[in-house]
Amino acid sequence: MGDEALFLARVQFAFTVSFHFIFPAFSIGLASFLMVLEGAWLRTGRGVYANLYRYWLKIFAVAFGMGVVSGLVMSYQFGTNWSVFSDKAGPVVGPIMAYEVLTAFFLEAGFLGVMLFGINKVGPRLHFFATCMVALGTFISATWIISTNSWMHTPQGFAMNAQGQFVPAGSWLPIIFNPSFPYRLTHVVIAAYLTTSLVVGAVGAWHLLRDRTNPGARKMFSMAMWMVAIAAPAQILAGDAHGLNTLEYQPAKVMAMEGHYDSHPDGAPLILFGIPNAAEKRIDYAIEVPKASSLILKHDANAPLAGLDTIPDDREPPVTVVFWSFRVMVGLGMAMLGLGLFSLVARFRRQLYDWPWLHRAAMIMGPAGFVAVIAGWITTEVGRQPYTVYGHLLTAQSHSPLHAAAVATSLVTFVIVYFIVFGAGTYYLLRLMAKAPAPHETEPSSTPQRATGITPAPALSKE
Amino acid sequence: MFYNYDLATVWAFILAFAIFAYVVMDGFDLGIGILFPTLKVGEERDQAMNSISPVWDGNETWLVLGGGGLLAAFPLAYSIILPATYPLIIGMLLGLIFRGVAFEFRWRDPRHRPYWDAAFFCGSVVATLSQGILLGAVLQGIKVEGRAYAGGWLDWLSPFSLLTGVALLSGYAMLGSSWLIGKSHGSLQDHSRKMAFRLGITTLLVMAAVSAATPFLAIDYWRRWFEMPRVLFTAQVPLATIAVGAIFFWSLKRGRERLPFVITLILFALGFLGLGISMFPYIVPRALTIWDAAAPEKSQIFMLVGTVFIMPLIIAYTAWAYWVFRGKTVTEGYH
Repeated sequence: MGDEALFLARVQFAFTVSFHFIFPAFSIGLASFLMVLEGAWLRTGRGVYANLYRYWLKIFAVAFGMGVVSGLVMSYQFGTNWSVFSDKAGPVVGPIMAYEVLTAFFLEAGFLGVMLFGINKVGPRLHFFATCMVALGTFISATWIISTNSWMHTPQGFAMNAQGQFVPAGSWLPIIFNPSFPYRLTHVVIAAYLTTSLVVGAVGAWHLLRDRTNPGARKMFSMAMWMVAIAAPAQILAGDAHGLNTLEYQPAKVMAMEGHYDSHPDGAPLILFGIPNAAEKRIDYAIEVPKASSLILKHDANAPLAGLDTIPDDREPPVTVVFWSFRVMVGLGMAMLGLGLFSLVARFRRQLYDWPWLHRAAMIMGPAGFVAVIAGWITTEVGRQPYTVYGHLLTAQSHSPLHAAAVATSLVTFVIVYFIVFGAGTYYLLRLMAKAPAPHETEPSSTPQRATGITPAPALSKE
Repeated sequence: MFYNYDLATVWAFILAFAIFAYVVMDGFDLGIGILFPTLKVGEERDQAMNSISPVWDGNETWLVLGGGGLLAAFPLAYSIILPATYPLIIGMLLGLIFRGVAFEFRWRDPRHRPYWDAAFFCGSVVATLSQGILLGAVLQGIKVEGRAYAGGWLDWLSPFSLLTGVALLSGYAMLGSSWLIGKSHGSLQDHSRKMAFRLGITTLLVMAAVSAATPFLAIDYWRRWFEMPRVLFTAQVPLATIAVGAIFFWSLKRGRERLPFVITLILFALGFLGLGISMFPYIVPRALTIWDAAAPEKSQIFMLVGTVFIMPLIIAYTAWAYWVFRGKTVTEGYH
């Protein structure tokens, strides 16, 4: 079980989890958006909300389905490819994930059927309750899985038993509420809202560019731009706080993010851009702002900051990957802030629906949330290497005793299947989004297209 | 450590319940997938699909609980069984991917619907075969050294495991067809009844074959089934199976609509009980008991508290969701 099998297992996990993460990032936000739309409809009785609800529900159904099937893969991936990790960390991470299944997955799945197909079976109020439960489920799910993930980054509250397993030392509270959990959860949930609002905004913008009077397009664009204007700055603050937390518990990750190969005893520069040179352990062609990194991280321009020279080489994360992914995430975050400000200016000038440049900008930013989410995910997960349980269990000691050939075969199969299935799914999503919201959106269910009937049953066709 | 022993047993029963819930609930979803090519394109297929589209996701969640619960309560068993059956797990997951997305995709793309119908069928068959072979692989034993799987990556493949694969294929299809009898009318119902009759016969035959082969896998199984005075108890299981099988065919002949499904559930429960007799208290037969593999007390208690409170709630709202979509599935769907 050499390095090959380990490397392939890592690629496989990275691939499947990145693909999976795209869907929840969208469905967490979309579930809440649907809840708001249906709530607004129930309260005001205005048809535009009901139409938007139906419009986005169809999209939600496709995205949620892909999230479910790609998530199922994750729950078995721990055992298939990371069995040593599962054996050792199972007593701690297992129960937390079991709570996710019990409190979140069943809730989502149980009410999803009613949400998608049940509006005329249960009445609007109970249906709204089902929508709320699905939205709540997505949020609870995020809470538990981020708690698990955070524990692997900032483990505490455990002891080691004779078999070398991590076991709960006393109370479960320090395990669940580990130091990075609140920061990570805030950062991820805002990211999901931001991702969703960018998609909704882009779809609204696309339809406004074609017909600026479409009431559905106007409403969704306005709601999305409010969300971007609020969530983008909030996310930058949350990201900053999360970064400070990381500096405290995983300083090597921050060193890699900042590109600080060397220690800076009297104020570290902020490297805006540059090319990490891993062999020479320096950043080539760096564009720096003197002392700005210390100012951001320590709130003191002259504060000393340690560099990767203080970390043993075999405990360093891969700098190049982390350095770039972090810049992609931050760059996109700033662009989102820009879009939010742009929309506020347009709103102030009463040009929100008639400023094509704003609509074009919103369209370009449509996928930005997904890219930023993946980039952020890479930053945090590659940045915590070489550990699975930070500081205690090496990635190289976590994987299953499998032959490289077995892992390679499954990896290739996953790649092919994911591109076919999720490629088709993305195409269907885009096609749904390309249709303008109509005044009388059809039901989201699988069946209504057939109400007009390929083969209407004679006895039942009289509505 | 008598206390801990009891906890492990409680968890073994909770997990067994989750797995059984998965097997029968997703069993009829997968069974409909297996039967899909025998249904007429158009109304029959749409009706069959609509009868499960509001509930399949909840049904599949029991599989996540099975996997997650195994990791949480018996991490050692999880980390041995999964690598040992690696290609089967991957096959099952890929099958479930195709099956799962087909529910939405086939409506989104009428032009390519035949492809997604094929994906629905193939995904269901692959997932079912994987699960069935996995069952056989666990029963025939897994090579363990220290705290890890020590065999090759095709050890699971044997005539016996292939037999259990086929058995589950027939069993799920039987569940699917008897579910459809209750949910459909007209030509689909007639067809389902015909299929249920045939599948009832094949399922009983393969169940008999698996039961007959199991005691020959290891002397341990032989003792568990045939030693006095145990045999007085264990012999009731096959006898009950025969009786229940007879009632199944009787209910079909009488044109009963819901009874065949209920009887099939009982048949599955008997098969499950038989497995329990063969395995308990082993979780990896002849290598690892539930006590060897158990997570520490603290982990098991923490989850038990939650499970005791949350499980009844889950069952309640799941039952409610089934109740909302009760009765025959109409062609026009859920307007």
